[in-house]
Amino acid sequence: MANNEHTITIDGTEIHFKAGQTIMDAALSAKIYIPHLCHYPGLTPSGNCRLCVVELNGKDVTACTTQAQPGQQIRNQTPELNAARMAITQMLFVEGNHICPSCEKSGNCKLQAMGYYLGMRDEHYPQFNPRREMDASHPAVLLDRSRCILCDLCVRASREIDGKNVFAIAGRGIHAHLIVNTVSGKLGDSDIAVDDVAANICPVGAILIKEKGYVAPIGRRIYDQHMISDVAFDEHVPEHKEHGND
Amino acid sequence: MMNQYSNHCVDFNASHVLHRLYEIQHTERHISAESMTLVADEFKMSVSQVASVVSFYSFFYLEPVGRYHIQFSNCTSCGYQVGQLNLLEKICRLLSVVTGKTREDGWVSVGETSCTGMCDHGASMLINGMPLARLDDERITQISCLISEQKPLEQWPVEWFRVESSIQKHGLLLSETLQPGSSLKKVLVSAPQQILNHIIDSGLRGRGGAGFGTGKKWQFCRDATGEARYVVCNADEGEPGTFKDRVLLENNADALFEGMAICAYVIGAKKGYLYLRGEYRYLLGHLQNVLKRRYAKNLLGQSILEQAGFDFDIEIVVGAGAYICGEESALIESLEGKPGIPQIRPPFPVTHGYLGQPTVVNNVETFIAATHIAKNGSGWFKSMGTKESTGSKILSVSGDCRIPGVYEYPYGVSIQQVLDDCGADNVQAVQIGGPAGTMVARKDFSRQISFEDLSTGGSFLIFGENCDLLSVNQNFARFFAHESCGFCTPCRVGTSLLTNSLQKIMDGRATPLDIHEIKQLSALVKRYSHCGLGHTAANHILDSLQQFSERFEKRLTQKTFTPQIDLDAALAAARKMTGRDDADAHLE
Ligand SMILES: Cc1cc2nc3c(=O)[nH]c(=O)nc-3n(C[C@H](O)[C@H](O)[C@H](O)COP(=O)(O)O)c2cc1C
Ligand code: SF4
Ligand code: SF4
Repeated sequence: MANNEHTITIDGTEIHFKAGQTIMDAALSAKIYIPHLCHYPGLTPSGNCRLCVVELNGKDVTACTTQAQPGQQIRNQTPELNAARMAITQMLFVEGNHICPSCEKSGNCKLQAMGYYLGMRDEHYPQFNPRREMDASHPAVLLDRSRCILCDLCVRASREIDGKNVFAIAGRGIHAHLIVNTVSGKLGDSDIAVDDVAANICPVGAILIKEKGYVAPIGRRIYDQHMISDVAFDEHVPEHKEHGND
Repeated sequence: MMNQYSNHCVDFNASHVLHRLYEIQHTERHISAESMTLVADEFKMSVSQVASVVSFYSFFYLEPVGRYHIQFSNCTSCGYQVGQLNLLEKICRLLSVVTGKTREDGWVSVGETSCTGMCDHGASMLINGMPLARLDDERITQISCLISEQKPLEQWPVEWFRVESSIQKHGLLLSETLQPGSSLKKVLVSAPQQILNHIIDSGLRGRGGAGFGTGKKWQFCRDATGEARYVVCNADEGEPGTFKDRVLLENNADALFEGMAICAYVIGAKKGYLYLRGEYRYLLGHLQNVLKRRYAKNLLGQSILEQAGFDFDIEIVVGAGAYICGEESALIESLEGKPGIPQIRPPFPVTHGYLGQPTVVNNVETFIAATHIAKNGSGWFKSMGTKESTGSKILSVSGDCRIPGVYEYPYGVSIQQVLDDCGADNVQAVQIGGPAGTMVARKDFSRQISFEDLSTGGSFLIFGENCDLLSVNQNFARFFAHESCGFCTPCRVGTSLLTNSLQKIMDGRATPLDIHEIKQLSALVKRYSHCGLGHTAANHILDSLQQFSERFEKRLTQKTFTPQIDLDAALAAARKMTGRDDADAHLE
């Protein structure tokens, strides 16, 4: 069929895509929300959080890593997929230590916003209560690993946009954790700068900018006022920065 | 003319980052921050890259292990629980050491590791990386004496370290003898595509578990565009209960390397890798000798068998303790010196494999079958097996039976036949394909080993009447939680949650609601995980719940809800502080 040469169908809505776009790219351009946490437009997709799993011709695929192909029939907003998304979100909550009332990110946090969006009322699974190292060694950037959801966004942003290589994920299985690419392992010895994309992209309160707490009061933060599904369309990382030794 | 073998390929050297790290671990008993900085420098890697590798593989340690470092296999067949006796606890007691903590004087450390592939040898350990099998009460006492005397391992009785090739049944492949080079000679008179057509015609499918058509795989790779092509042999054999590749490497290495060379001829590769699991490092010397002989006979190297332009080298890379590296894309990452994280597929290795180039990854047994098909023809191979599963399957049989070992059968053999042959009576259940496979109950023992029915990489675990199947589930669940690579949420978190839930059932604190929960969680991990590990990690639970639901129900309390934590146990610290232990200081 000629008219579906560059279209795919998501939950019955036919949308256009450009060659090379993933299902996620195409959906976001068409203002169709597919839940995601580890994806950020402009960065190489990873597929680790698994929230964007959709049904493509009966198969389960991550929308962020799957190329859009003419004529694809995709199911996204199904009760079953959303129930699984909620379970996965709950897993991320219990895996770390997310005590929202005492977190500076509350209201601007995508994990929390995902919980709101999916109608999550409790964490469901037993808490892991992990002990993870906090790193306050940098004068301007704080790393609190207990909130890290291992989304890998800071890792990719630093390499792909900031032109640095500040972060990596190390460890296996439930022991996976974020590390800093310095001999000491401390953020203070790294070349991260406060305006780096890597310092600002964290979807949760694991990487925070110091000395600017509570600029917007609770209640007037992003997800206090908007659904994550409404504000996801305007995101894009800036172009790759050329780096001098500033 | 003697072909000069290249030292680079044959002698184990430290040009691979895993090998370099192994050397450091071996000599310094850990890998310090300074060592990581050094390695980063040497390999032009970032320190975080090196740190990621070190912390990914089980056989690298950040803190020093003991001069005697013991890792007990925790597999259901070659694990440390022998009847009522816990060998791990025993040696810890004898040596005054706590599991996972190096003794203060630095001499001993004791820990666990996933199946070491010695299931035909009974309880096994790795001591400083060397397999030491056939463990029992007495041997454990002897070992602890030698350690207490600080006797160097070289002076321990050699027969303790002997690993036998327990081949119990020779079938199609195992009855073949190969004059090294005879198959290759035959191959070289035909064009590559012609050889490939034989392989396709034979119906050979991968023996590593997934069963993809081998000829088709080679064809895809041959047809893919790239600057170079690679042949990789998957000798990671990590599925608990599998040891047939170990036996094949011990006895049939020539046929294996010949199969890799035939593949190289077909796809046009100049380089091959054997990825050997770290647990099988003891085979390295033997495998290198076989390679050397083959170089000397001009069966490897430049202009193989005088055929101008047919150059092929094989290098061995040794892993460092990670089941996930058996998954082909993770294996390739590991070959490239990275943590073994499965990659997004497509693209598949046949088009984007090692260093981004077209790569064939096949199991040990698959290459050996290819060698014999090339020699004997596809008709010979097809004469056995079933329609969808031609040829034979080599099984690793272990658990509750009198004659564990390697058995080769034509595809289509029934479970009951295997049980009869290995002397297994009163069997409750058989686990086909290891923890990732299928649990089969007695009423289904007429089912067949084949791609049509029960496909398997070769693991055949037998559980007798007295076995507590729930503890088997718990063992498998721990295995997956330990081996999950951690990349994706459902598997990383879900496998740990499953382990905890099973523990709750084992402890008798679970309710019917928990059974419902565990089913849902299992289905979620299975469906939403990124790779085959997660997709199969909960199968054993779902199988067990379906076929042995009464085992679970027996352990439930009839309350509608009990908390995940044991509330009474949580008060232990408070009791200790207040010095109380009377009835009022307890909850139940
Ligand atoms: C978690 C996991 C572990 C695996 N382990 C092995 C292994 O130890 N050996 C093996 O040959 N294949 C293993 N495989 C299958 C490989 O990914 C791959 O399919 C196989 O090596 C291809 O060879 P074949 O076609 O000859 O079977 C594993 C797959 C998964 C998902
Ligand atoms: S620190 Fe934040 S951005 Fe980085 S991996 Fe963790 S959650 Fe993701
Ligand atoms: S399913 Fe498990 S092993 Fe596979 S990528 Fe996900 S976390 Fe890693």
